[in-house]
Amino acid sequence: MIPEIGQLALILALLLAVVQGTLPLAGAQRGVKAWMALSRPLAAGQLLFVAVAFLCLTWSFLGSDFSVVNVAKNSNSQLPAHYRIAATWGSHEGSMLLWVLMLSLWMQAVSIFSQSLPREMLSRVLSVMGLISVGFLLFLLLTSNPFERLSPPAAEGNDLNPLLQDPGMVAHPPMLYMGYVGFSVAFAFAIAALLGGRLDATWARWSRPWTTAAWCFLTLGILIGSWWAYNELGWGGWWFWDPVENASFMPWLVGTALVHSLAVTEKRGAFKRWTVLLAICAFSLSLLGTFLVRSGVLTSVHAFATDPARGLFILVFLALVIGGALMLFALRAPHVGGGGRFEMISRETFLLANNVLLIVAAGSVLLGTLYPLVLDALSGGQTKISVGPPYFEAVFVPLMSPMVFLMGVGPVARWKQAALPELWTLLRWAFAVSLASAVLTPLAAGGGSWGLRLGLFLAIWILAATVASVRERIRNFRGAVHERLAMQPRAWWGMTLAHLGVAVFVAGVTVVGTYETERDVRMAIGDTVEMGGNVFRFDGTTEVTGPNYRAARGTVTVLRDGREVLVLHPEKRTYNASGMAMTEAAISTGVLGDLYVSLGEPINARSWSVRIYHKPLVTWIWSGCVLMALGGLLALTDRRYRLRSTQQQRETAVTSAA
Amino acid sequence: MNRFLLPLGAFLVLLGFLFVGLKLNPREVPSPLIGKPVPEFTLPQLHEPAQAFSPRSMRGRVWLLNVWASWCVSCRDEHPLLVEFARSHPVAVVGLNYKDKPGDAQAWLAQLGNPYTLSVSDLDGRVGIDFGVYGVPETFVIDKQGVIRYKQIGPVTTDALQGKILPLIRELEQG
Amino acid sequence: MKARHKRGLLIAAGVVVLAVAAGLVLSAFQKNLVFFFTPSQVVAREVPIGKPFRIGGMVAERSLQREPDGLTVRFVVTDTVKSVPVMYTGILPDLFKEGQGVVAQGKVGDDGVFVATEVLAKHDENYMPPEAAHAVEQAQNAQKTLIGN
Repeated sequence: MIPEIGQLALILALLLAVVQGTLPLAGAQRGVKAWMALSRPLAAGQLLFVAVAFLCLTWSFLGSDFSVVNVAKNSNSQLPAHYRIAATWGSHEGSMLLWVLMLSLWMQAVSIFSQSLPREMLSRVLSVMGLISVGFLLFLLLTSNPFERLSPPAAEGNDLNPLLQDPGMVAHPPMLYMGYVGFSVAFAFAIAALLGGRLDATWARWSRPWTTAAWCFLTLGILIGSWWAYNELGWGGWWFWDPVENASFMPWLVGTALVHSLAVTEKRGAFKRWTVLLAICAFSLSLLGTFLVRSGVLTSVHAFATDPARGLFILVFLALVIGGALMLFALRAPHVGGGGRFEMISRETFLLANNVLLIVAAGSVLLGTLYPLVLDALSGGQTKISVGPPYFEAVFVPLMSPMVFLMGVGPVARWKQAALPELWTLLRWAFAVSLASAVLTPLAAGGGSWGLRLGLFLAIWILAATVASVRERIRNFRGAVHERLAMQPRAWWGMTLAHLGVAVFVAGVTVVGTYETERDVRMAIGDTVEMGGNVFRFDGTTEVTGPNYRAARGTVTVLRDGREVLVLHPEKRTYNASGMAMTEAAISTGVLGDLYVSLGEPINARSWSVRIYHKPLVTWIWSGCVLMALGGLLALTDRRYRLRSTQQQRETAVTSAA
Repeated sequence: MNRFLLPLGAFLVLLGFLFVGLKLNPREVPSPLIGKPVPEFTLPQLHEPAQAFSPRSMRGRVWLLNVWASWCVSCRDEHPLLVEFARSHPVAVVGLNYKDKPGDAQAWLAQLGNPYTLSVSDLDGRVGIDFGVYGVPETFVIDKQGVIRYKQIGPVTTDALQGKILPLIRELEQG
Repeated sequence: MKARHKRGLLIAAGVVVLAVAAGLVLSAFQKNLVFFFTPSQVVAREVPIGKPFRIGGMVAERSLQREPDGLTVRFVVTDTVKSVPVMYTGILPDLFKEGQGVVAQGKVGDDGVFVATEVLAKHDENYMPPEAAHAVEQAQNAQKTLIGN
């Protein structure tokens, strides 16, 4: 009964979405107030029904209702309750439902927080989001029904893929989807502005906080995914340039460009067309990423073979949404006036350069991800290739290095017109310090690669340039230093924090890449291995039983100067339902570095193959991402957005009174 | 020329590639086994392991080979259809029990009904490889000369059964 | 600077960035593309010498052997028609099993042994890696055609 309620709720949500996607839009074009007024209650109704559907599915998973195909395929009666909830979005169908739920949530948020927008604008924005919702609900109902029944019911479920049985995997998809779907708001604002012909600084100010919010979620989502891979895959890597990861990284790169481009449009009225195009691209890549991953075209043999309708639906949907948006752009962009003028050397130029570099980087990732697919298709399945990390690294480092360098210059450069000598005066100390540390540190450490020098230079450059920019920023204010610092707006602090996050990130990546030690060794009971001042002693394994698995649990004692400092317990699990083997690494996390131990295979009764890694500063990688996301959040709380929206209200009141 | 059409143009090219990719997807092309003789094998029967089965013994008859396993959820999807099919049609259905434990497999059939004339146990999946099986379930239609005429990847659906498999069986039985 | 000059300079800078990026991408592609071959192709010597590539197929039953050091393993990858011996030093992925699909990356030596630097098995047990399935299908296709003639 519960699954049927869920299905019915989805159908009702679809009906509401159809009305929302059409009437308010038509109302905004024709000026029919009653039609426009429908958009907000319809958004609320949609959220209600989609949430009901989602809860119904969660309920079926919690109650292990194996008469639902989705549950039987992705859950098991032995599965712990929290993973049963996570299994709700573990499958293709469930994750699509999560997508729609996120979309409804964003829609409701827009409807609540953007009440001060002009009526036409709000109706158009909600209508565009309603149309996207129609597409996804149809996709769910027609090709990927999460509530499909199984008759007779299965006695036992197949279990959730053990790889997904990890706390990281519980949080990763919702965060990532919040980010993906969040860009739909920026997209809807862009389309609404194009439709209404109102593409100006006000529009940029409206869509800026939404874009920043989506960007924060996406940053966190990717970070959790990376952290999960590090913990769960047992390889100790944090980024694999896997197509699935690339699919989330492309919208992030374009989203980052969009956040910066929006700043220019808001402050200076420039780059309007470019910003609109970026908003369209960011969401298009989110859609493409969702579908590339969820359709399984990249990973699984079966996805399309069993259901070609799915692939076709996806393509038609992409064609309509992205093609329609780009067509509208081509029609309207020529009529958008130019923005504020600026000189060759100005903050605008630096931001533009960074935008171009980010977009080119995103393009190279897109190419590397899709090229194997395209070649496979064009050769009729005869030529199979893979594009691995070396390609991405070879392209990425040269593209991102100048971008990171410019990140130090941009914040101190003046809008409209800056002067190189002035910039040099401001930044020469920062430059000298970073150059010196890039040269001296490898000398002190007894050698190092060019990659290490470059990475160190960039990380310290951002740090030092940020200090310089803070000094410059508060120079013209009066009062004690802390008072002057406190006077700065939160948006500015957010930017500064996010940029420092990049410095931390670059430092982490560089140091791990240069100084990590990885050893695969054979260890019998009592054997020791020395690495980075730590002695690892293998003390054998014991059999343990988990809720839904059995495992060999190893004991590895870490000694420093002959004293025991740490005991690690890596596991080799075998899951009961699927019989799948899983490596569960034991990681000791520290600010300066991680010790990482995982079990390979048993070689004989007394010895195992064991992986031992020392990963200096690896945590900095994720800490850097957290700082970036926090910077975004801080910027979101800036008074300006609230002040301006009340100011906006007043303006609207005045115009309607007039 | 409107330069603002460029993004649209680039997108259309990409879309074209994706579309061709979908159409040409080699994973969708019918199995190379179609029109080829059925791979030879000899395997013990599930319910009577002492007895062996070989496709040679099916010469002169049109029959179905269905790859299944008790651990496979999609097999449950198609199972009622197969049971119904076996009840209403005299065509032999041979089950290839793929990488399964015989005990589990027998219990599964006892619970859900046994549509198979007989099942054989492919414990290590060796024969499955010869059939190019890359996922369970899959179903093959084999003619009187022992040639594979049709392959269904994934569960048998009512559409596939009514639209393709049954007409094909009728045609083959007359020929 | 005049507006026209400024615009020209900006466009020129953009073109330079794009050209450099295109050059980077192309050279990176040329150096780092890894092609995929089936065991039949390896045996027929249709593979690049001294350049890394990928092979895929099934791990032959009872072919896994461990060297005395405990870390070097030897196994045979087959597409059911032809087989290639593979050597790998390191820890095999969780899903590596005899009779299952596998993809390995490495080079082939003069002795015909494929020395793998990386062994991949996909994330789901019920399915073969697409490349491995492809190899098996290709090989069978070729064999059946031969017999058919």
